[in-house]
Amino acid sequence: MRTLSKTSTSAVSKKKISNKRRTTLWCWLFILPNLIFYAMFQGWPIIVNWYYSTLDWSGLSSDAVFVGLNNFKELMQDPYFWNAYKNSFVFMAGSVPLMLGLALIAALVFNNPNLKYASIYRTLIFIPVVTTASVVGIIMVYIWGSDGAVNYTLMQIGLLDEPVNWLSDPNLAMMTVILINIWKNLGMNMVYWIAGLQGVPRELYEAARVDGAGHFRTFFSITLPLILPVGAVILLLNVAGSLKVFDLIKTMTDGGPFYATDVVSTYIYRFAFSSEMGLPRLGYAASAGIFFAFTIMIIALIQVLVKRSLNSKKVGGQQ
Amino acid sequence: MTMKKLSQGLTHAFLIALCFVWIYPFLWMISASFKTQNEFFEKGLSLIPESFQLDNFIRAWNEGNFGQYFSNSIIVTIATILIVLFITATCGYALGRYSFFGKKMFIFILGISIFVPLEFSIIPIFQLIKDLGLMNSLSGVIMAEAGGGHVLFVLLFASFFAQIPKELEEAAIIDGCGFLRTFIHVALPLSKPIIGSVVIMQFIWTWNSFLLPLVLTLSTPELRTLAVGLYALRGENIVDWTGIAAGGTIAIVPIIVIFLVLQRYFVDGMAGAVKG
Repeated sequence: MRTLSKTSTSAVSKKKISNKRRTTLWCWLFILPNLIFYAMFQGWPIIVNWYYSTLDWSGLSSDAVFVGLNNFKELMQDPYFWNAYKNSFVFMAGSVPLMLGLALIAALVFNNPNLKYASIYRTLIFIPVVTTASVVGIIMVYIWGSDGAVNYTLMQIGLLDEPVNWLSDPNLAMMTVILINIWKNLGMNMVYWIAGLQGVPRELYEAARVDGAGHFRTFFSITLPLILPVGAVILLLNVAGSLKVFDLIKTMTDGGPFYATDVVSTYIYRFAFSSEMGLPRLGYAASAGIFFAFTIMIIALIQVLVKRSLNSKKVGGQQ
Repeated sequence: MTMKKLSQGLTHAFLIALCFVWIYPFLWMISASFKTQNEFFEKGLSLIPESFQLDNFIRAWNEGNFGQYFSNSIIVTIATILIVLFITATCGYALGRYSFFGKKMFIFILGISIFVPLEFSIIPIFQLIKDLGLMNSLSGVIMAEAGGGHVLFVLLFASFFAQIPKELEEAAIIDGCGFLRTFIHVALPLSKPIIGSVVIMQFIWTWNSFLLPLVLTLSTPELRTLAVGLYALRGENIVDWTGIAAGGTIAIVPIIVIFLVLQRYFVDGMAGAVKG
């Protein structure tokens, strides 16, 4: 009797193990398609980019010459690279704080339950987000050109005496590109903020009202602290997103005039794919990509570390 | 009471004006696509065309190759959506529903990709598509567009599937469903809202995608998508503004209409991205 029960439990557990194995197998089978695409288009590029960066290579199959770190050396000595590098950060620093601030204001206005037609306004503000960047680029070249709507309006209200060519003046182009970028992406950030705002429990607002707190007091004492964690995610998304801007710049200014809006992605494109530099230099462009990707990863890492240390301080304070 | 009504009226007047300025560029372009060249140069900024000319659309569609670009965009977008839906739903199901050997490691690998800017992988992707012999076909563009981890979609599916009550699954097992059939007959039909979000988000991203199709169609102009075709047209002849406006209208009106119809899925998905 005893032996019988023993054998039956071991049979059950054997069956369980084989079931578990089968499940694991199925799981990996389900993950495999995604893994293959991931390996081909994200994993492989990360690995092989290092190799490419050591080559003097035009991409025509058999002309690659190993040059060690020469590409990086040349990159460090190229003032145009540093100009593009600086511009990427100017673009990011000009876009992100303003955009996040304006998007938060828009979110507060359009998340107000007492505002009629709020969803229609929200939709209209969101429209630029879903439109094609290359179409936007072409429209903006006209709208901000000398005959365009911006000059016309500014001259009508007397702020300008003569038309300014906003996108082809090297002193103004970067500012104009930043403004257009903010316009294009504000709606998305508004939605992010609204998602954060909707996570704040209603009871807290009611409690604040009972305590007699006004709008500003409620915002700074309740809303802001509670949406800061979401704010950190939004910040990270925007910093990374604006540092790798390509479509808008390429279609509006192509990095010009006189490299005033040239960013790292347009710099890379010029060396890797455009005919204006003669033969393509894929190895050199790859080294620029690696250098800049590292910068972005370091910034992301710093952000994560700062967030973590802030969190641990908070916990310490509560103890 | 009247004061309150007045201030409400002023608020709405201000918001309507703001929204009008906000979308003026698109209204301007759509209007310009109906104007004649003459009218465009005389009254470029007005929003109501004197007569609705269809010449610009006919010119863009035939001579500007926008008919070809339009069908390329449709093929690339739909094929990409199908692939992405398949690879993220299956992956999300396994991750959300089961704990298995190697799961943590896989999530870690997937997570890294958030920090790696895809834009800088463009050279290896270009070479890979070339080495696969897909350079002169739409399938090369489709593969590259569908590539990557799609971490957001995987997580959306995983957190949805994790919430499905165990009883449903157990009932399916008692009915004799295995892993695959439980997924197809029980889990997948329940996940329609997530499928909707993935379809509309991927639709918008692929339809608007610029760098990948630009690079992969450099030597094959007939494979361009709308976003790339419009850019190339502008480079070749900037004088034909009304033709370009018509091409731009062809490119963005479909995406705006789809967004207006399905915006709930898109906005919910985007909001899900930051809430985690």
